[in-house]
Amino acid sequence: MAADTTLAGLDALDLGDERQGADGRERAARIARTVWPKVAAIGLVWIIWELIHLSGWKKLVLPGPGVTLSNLWAQAQTGLLWHAIGDTLERAVIGYALALVIGTVVGLLVARIPPLRAAVGSLITGLQTMPSAAWIPFAIILFGLNTSAIMFIIVMAAAPAIANGLIAGVDYTPPLLLKAGKVMGLRGLSLNRYLILPAALPTFVAGMKQGWAFTWHALLTAELLVLVAGEPSIGVLFQADQDQTDMPSTIAIMIVILIFGVIVDVLFGRANNAIRKRWGLT
Amino acid sequence: MSTTAVTETTAVSLAGVSKVYGRGGSAVRALDQVTLTTAPGEFTCLIGASGCGKSTLLSLVAGLDRPTSGEITVNGRVALMFQEPGLFPWLTAAGNVELALRARKVPRAERKARTLELLDAVQLGGFGGKRPHELSGGMRQRVALARALAQEADVLLMDEPFGALDAMTRDLLHDELDRVRERVGRRLTVLFVTHNVREAVRLGDRVVLLSSRPGRVIEEYPVPVERPRRIDSAPVAELASVITDRLREEVSRHGR
Repeated sequence: MAADTTLAGLDALDLGDERQGADGRERAARIARTVWPKVAAIGLVWIIWELIHLSGWKKLVLPGPGVTLSNLWAQAQTGLLWHAIGDTLERAVIGYALALVIGTVVGLLVARIPPLRAAVGSLITGLQTMPSAAWIPFAIILFGLNTSAIMFIIVMAAAPAIANGLIAGVDYTPPLLLKAGKVMGLRGLSLNRYLILPAALPTFVAGMKQGWAFTWHALLTAELLVLVAGEPSIGVLFQADQDQTDMPSTIAIMIVILIFGVIVDVLFGRANNAIRKRWGLT
Repeated sequence: MSTTAVTETTAVSLAGVSKVYGRGGSAVRALDQVTLTTAPGEFTCLIGASGCGKSTLLSLVAGLDRPTSGEITVNGRVALMFQEPGLFPWLTAAGNVELALRARKVPRAERKARTLELLDAVQLGGFGGKRPHELSGGMRQRVALARALAQEADVLLMDEPFGALDAMTRDLLHDELDRVRERVGRRLTVLFVTHNVREAVRLGDRVVLLSSRPGRVIEEYPVPVERPRRIDSAPVAELASVITDRLREEVSRHGR
């Protein structure tokens, strides 16, 4: 049919040439492009640190980068550091997972039920601004010096950020899409599952990233103040370093924390890029 | 049930339908006493200038909104298409069609095959894996059409669906819409809103002219032109110019 081939021809013209996937060389070039600024930044920090050290400021307590990194290397040979990292990460992951579930459920309910939003909408933002240290006395009295107290502090810090991210995402769902979904016959649970949640995803992921930052903040605060006997967490290592005024070790552990921060940022960045690519926003 | 008063020869019926937005002094009367009946399988084009309440009328028929007074009866399922395709950007073309099937609780095993069939019907069989942003405007609108067909609707409401497309694509989609309507194998009633008079005459069995502020039916024109039609053929152009004159007369009433 003539009309058929015209339409097919128009489609072909509209789409233009298909872009080919990146070959190995292109990929290597792209990795190099993203890696060298990071390496340069690390080098720059190293040089500035070394200069401060050489200038003799706080010479007695502030070690140079060489001493600190050899301390980190030495600690990495012992099981204690890894054990502590393992313990702390385990708490972070479990606490974050709890906050994710609670934050998602609360966020969805608050976003979709107007009276509930009127009742607790501002409360969620209020909770988000509450410093996690402020929950510590409450948590210790309620749970005692144990992991439950730490989990509670993490959830109180991270869940509001996650819920708020989801609420904002739901609010920015284009009305046209909602209309399309309703005409289609999506109702109740399937409306939430197939339309509201996916539509809210980009903003929700931003909230999840913020939630992780709050988790990490709350966890280290809690670990410094809620010392659980017999569990060598990063907080316990910090406490020991502080007691022994061991500055090289203190900075070494701070570097470990920083590395985890960077890794998580990269992971969320990846997720974000994948979503943007999917939606055609790149 | 209000359906009792309506016979099987009616697909959509509006009886004295009015819609007022707001209250008191600031109230706006969008539709005023609109009475309109369409037969199953009939293609009705609604035409009017800005403020004739065309989109309000479709929202009411789709059940997204309630009339202030009057009665609306629809026999069968309704699907709605907009000027924007309104596709879900996180799903592929096939995913968008399939979601409509899922909403109708079509079993998983049937969904894949049915999705492919529907995309084939709008000549997009090879594009199911593409995301909306990877498609052209005309192709997106065809995915939206396939998605609307997936709703197994008896009544298809179209709100200026080709308004944002270039002339060439629009003409081809007119042909495509004719073909798809033959191919679905059931009597698909269409209510098509546009402000393009030629488009209305090219597509419709009947063109209904609405006045503006408030929207009211002022004239109905049957379209006696044989199908297949062309938008640039003489009979289409002739009737279109008659309707355009009447429409201009109505519009100039507001300038005085």
